[in-house]
Amino acid sequence: MPRKEIHIPDKIEYISILNEKGELDKALEPDIPEELLLRLFRTMLLARKFDERLLSLQRQGRIGTFPPISGQEAAHLGAAATLLSSDWFVPAFRETAAEIWRGRSLESVILYYNGFNEGVDIPEGRNDLPTSVPVGSQIIHAVGLGWAARYRQTDNVAMAFFGDGATSEGDFHEGLNFASVFQVPAIFVCQNNHWAISIPRSKQTRSKTLAQKALAYGMPGIQVDGNDILAVYVAAQEAVKRARSGGGPTLIECVTYRMAVHTTADDPKRYRTEEEVEQWKKKDPIARFQKYLLNKGVTTQDIVDGLDAEVAEEIQSAIDRAEEQMKSLGNPIDMFEHAYAEMSPHLKEQRESLAKELAEQESEHG
Amino acid sequence: MAKMTMVQALNLALRQEMENDDSVILLGEDIGVDGGVFRVTDALIDRFGENRVLDTPLAENAIVGMAIGMAVYGLKPVCEIQFSGFSYQNFHQIENHAARLRWRSQGRYAVPMVMRTPYGGGVRALEHHSESREAYWAHTPGLKMVIPSGPRNARALLVAAIRDPDPVIYYEPKAIYRAFREEVPEKEEVLPIGKSQIVREGNDLTMISYGAMMRPTLEAAAELQEKSGVEAEVIDLLTIAPLDDELFVQSVLKTGRAVIVHEAPRSFGAGAEVITRIMEKAFYYLEAPIERVTGFDIIMPLFSREKAYLPDAQRILRAANRVLGA
Repeated sequence: MPRKEIHIPDKIEYISILNEKGELDKALEPDIPEELLLRLFRTMLLARKFDERLLSLQRQGRIGTFPPISGQEAAHLGAAATLLSSDWFVPAFRETAAEIWRGRSLESVILYYNGFNEGVDIPEGRNDLPTSVPVGSQIIHAVGLGWAARYRQTDNVAMAFFGDGATSEGDFHEGLNFASVFQVPAIFVCQNNHWAISIPRSKQTRSKTLAQKALAYGMPGIQVDGNDILAVYVAAQEAVKRARSGGGPTLIECVTYRMAVHTTADDPKRYRTEEEVEQWKKKDPIARFQKYLLNKGVTTQDIVDGLDAEVAEEIQSAIDRAEEQMKSLGNPIDMFEHAYAEMSPHLKEQRESLAKELAEQESEHG
Repeated sequence: MAKMTMVQALNLALRQEMENDDSVILLGEDIGVDGGVFRVTDALIDRFGENRVLDTPLAENAIVGMAIGMAVYGLKPVCEIQFSGFSYQNFHQIENHAARLRWRSQGRYAVPMVMRTPYGGGVRALEHHSESREAYWAHTPGLKMVIPSGPRNARALLVAAIRDPDPVIYYEPKAIYRAFREEVPEKEEVLPIGKSQIVREGNDLTMISYGAMMRPTLEAAAELQEKSGVEAEVIDLLTIAPLDDELFVQSVLKTGRAVIVHEAPRSFGAGAEVITRIMEKAFYYLEAPIERVTGFDIIMPLFSREKAYLPDAQRILRAANRVLGA
């Protein structure tokens, strides 16, 4: 009947490959084809500029509330870029760069944040779930998707995204536990952006890292510099490889920062200082990746400057297309679509009654 | 045909659907080796293996959340939540995702899952084991809510629920899990979801109920006939949502009088919706105010007092007599 120590693995690895000055740890540099590096860079840039443009559209009242992603491009894109399109991408709501990478159109994002369901754009063949607002609730879906993929004898994996706040939700703990018990091919990517609206990471948990929570569930956990796309990519690639080959799930904590508001309905001045934001601006994921690409000779300053104009134009034409599309959308009767595979008689009655009301309204007001 | 209890009939439905379709997967607590605490999944793990019958860790919310992921993939998961009293722990996965994913994905994904769970009182159980909260689910757009009342319709409705392209909440009246047997054919039988049934014909009074309350309702109807020659028409709703109002409205047009019986709390219950439909579609045919015989708007008492909480044939009979003006 001794009182003794039980040994459990208690080390969490941390990876940083490209520091905030754009300096490279050559020994850790992944072998990523130049074409892929350039596509990643272009997507980050596009997502950033799009974010800034959405913010100004919101301030002009041309779109509704939305959650900006600025500062977190590397954290989610670096992970999603390791997936195949047949893999399952299970987002929260701050993964726009990854959604664009997976093929979501910019105009669909504009439509969605303008209150149109039609902004959900997931064609057959792209295994993406729509964004999920209740925090952490989508984590468990990745467990079921991963389980089903293995049951159907595919080698597909499921990757779920969530923030630091989600690690306090029961869904996170239950999801990781189930994933590990059933050894499903799933990857859990936590974008630790330090703020869950006004609650700092330090008040979310007393744990030293979020990654270590994986250990309690008997799965590997790793922390990476989430503003270093190379580090995120390396960690995710390892986790995807493990999942695909039957090695079970992994938790990846990407340490990043939410440079902008939580959503456009939020005022961060109430809870955090400008100095803090300024400190993080120096760690910008795009700036350091750009330096890396320039140093590596993969691109030139001229090309980068040209890209700026190119993505601005792409964004503008998406806005034009979305605004054009919206003119033909918005028939209220369409709200009854997609509630069920088949509409019940009672629901049909309700739809008809609304149609009648609308017609009456129309004739009353011309 | 074999005489079966409801537990056996449900087991038959699961077994046959699993044989027919390898996308049917069961998951829940103690459903494998143990065969479920009520034995509804008895021996299915032996037949289909651990990959079809998943004994999960103890977390209702993750059971449902995992099933949602499976269903989005294209499988047909059937979850067992051990008692409906524990299903509030997974309410959010049902409300936020199961019920909405078809809509949220613009029809790209569906959630063809079933959440089976025993509900209701009358078995002298512990706290949290006896409630009837069908109204929660019936009130949630995107769901269907089914409650069988006997072994034969339980089997046929469960088959329909498993095949349904949308999420179905399937409440099992545990008070009658083993209370009586019925002939249940081995051959496939399916009952459509969204259709009620007339189980006794009559012209004097309409009695509407479902689930475990069908038995005392039918008892009361028999006694009415026996003692006063009143012919009550009795309707079994079978599906709470979407509610089939056709039969009971037709019946009230004929009888002009109605009693609705459920063991769930009275306010905002299924009875309130049934009465509203009658008001909307048969108001001028009513000869008397409609009566509700229900549980009360209080926490379900512990079992020493549950008999007084639950409607029984005598309470139903007294209500029927008031409606008949007798």
